[in-house]
Amino acid sequence: MLTTKRLKLLALPALMWLGALFVLPLLMIAALSFLKRGTYGQIVYQGTLDNYARIIDPLYGDIFLDTLAVSVLTTFISLVCGYPLAYHISRLRRSAQQVWLLLVMIPFWINFLVRSYAWVIILRSQGVVNTVLQSLGLIDEPLPLLYNSGSVLLGMVYTLLPFMVLPIYVSLEQMDRRKLEAAYDLGATPWKAFWHVTLPMTKSGVVTGSILVFVSSIGMFVVPDVMGGAKSALIGNVIQNQFLSARDWPFGSALSIVLMLLSMLLIFLYYRAANAAGAKEGAA
Amino acid sequence: MNTWRRRALSGYSWAMLVFLYLPIAILMLYSFNQSRINAVWSGFTWKWYVSLFENRQVMEALGNSVTIALISSVLATLLGTAAALAMKHFSLRWRSIVHALIYLPIVIPEIMMGLSLLVLFSQLHVELGKATLVMAHVTFSMPFVMVIIAARLADMGSELEEAAQDLGATPWETLRHVTLPLISPSILAGFLMSFTLSLDDFIISFFVAGPNSTTLPLYIYGLVKRGVSPEVNALSTLLIACTVLLVVVAELLRRKDSKSITL
Repeated sequence: MLTTKRLKLLALPALMWLGALFVLPLLMIAALSFLKRGTYGQIVYQGTLDNYARIIDPLYGDIFLDTLAVSVLTTFISLVCGYPLAYHISRLRRSAQQVWLLLVMIPFWINFLVRSYAWVIILRSQGVVNTVLQSLGLIDEPLPLLYNSGSVLLGMVYTLLPFMVLPIYVSLEQMDRRKLEAAYDLGATPWKAFWHVTLPMTKSGVVTGSILVFVSSIGMFVVPDVMGGAKSALIGNVIQNQFLSARDWPFGSALSIVLMLLSMLLIFLYYRAANAAGAKEGAA
Repeated sequence: MNTWRRRALSGYSWAMLVFLYLPIAILMLYSFNQSRINAVWSGFTWKWYVSLFENRQVMEALGNSVTIALISSVLATLLGTAAALAMKHFSLRWRSIVHALIYLPIVIPEIMMGLSLLVLFSQLHVELGKATLVMAHVTFSMPFVMVIIAARLADMGSELEEAAQDLGATPWETLRHVTLPLISPSILAGFLMSFTLSLDDFIISFFVAGPNSTTLPLYIYGLVKRGVSPEVNALSTLLIACTVLLVVVAELLRRKDSKSITL
């Protein structure tokens, strides 16, 4: 007979699976970051802090800073572009909402690689934009639209925008509209009502969306790989390179551990700042 | 909100949809273009699709992708559904631990999961290939299945199950005749989601694939690195078509399922 106690055991295979193939590998990466690399790329079992010391090198420091800048910008732009879209969807009729949500969700499921490649077709020197501009006689030489930090930023926002829209939509849906009406009754302008009522009340969606976009952009290597040039490599590309070409796994592990800690720290700070802002709003 | 503001917001939202879909539409359009070299339209053709189906490497990658997606999504669905069913009976403390374990793979950068699995497999001397791809794909898609099923179980409440037990059904009979039939559309939706995730995955597969286990996204990556070509457009178009079909079916199933509980 299947008792409740036995029912609980049904979770065991899944938990063991995640333990062995998710938790254990992360622990191995953490351990590996303190080991040495041998002459032929093999791992030497000898403790060292060299891998972390190497990260302080300005070369990697700069890439970390670039990565953070791109990720923060991507998150900010996605928020500014995504919020009005989510707002619009939440104000539609129920049936229209369902269609719009599906339309926003579909690009999110389409492969990152394919979506970045689509922009290459449009922006490359013999691409759609340059061909059109040249045939109109507006330019003589193709514009350098691709392989720079601008195109990387565009690609990141393009691929990650749905991550922002969906959580914000959910929090707008759950919002108590009566508070908004109360604000209007008390004579608030639409802008003031939005700033002091709607935005604070949808904070959880903004925070969730920002975290999802930020985490995805900080480790991103596909977009810079396809749409960026040699100069716009981000830390994700460096890590990928350490594992697959340079074969310096301990250093690659140290880089990825720092990346993870950095991203957790920023999420924590952001979370605290958002809560503090919310508390102030509540007290006012 | 006044009409002017509403119109501006609506116009903006339509513009955002165009921004999201135009690049994909252009990519698809150029998979039917005669000319190989540039962006000038020179007539409609199916020839790039024909050449794909005649290409042995493409067919092999397609076969690998479908096999891996099938096996990994069946496994992910079985493990994830079982865990979601069990989780309902956990104490609050255990449930929050399990929740952390499920959400962590979703919030950790994907690249970390890929390279940590690479380290695991190489340290245990597991040869990279289809088996390692299946293991990796189960790992990242199982949390999604668990989230979908757990949400459905929470929505459903436990009245029907309690009623069945009051009528003398054993826990097994309740599970078999009440719970499972009720959540079966969500199980199917979870299966389709993990199938799609697997079929589409590039980042994690990139780290754990072997020389004889190239999947479709990995093959596309190789072509993309060599530059723009109508073959890549055609192959990408096929991948997009499969993804869209699977996502729409999964979404309709999930919606049908959540409607039936409001009865």
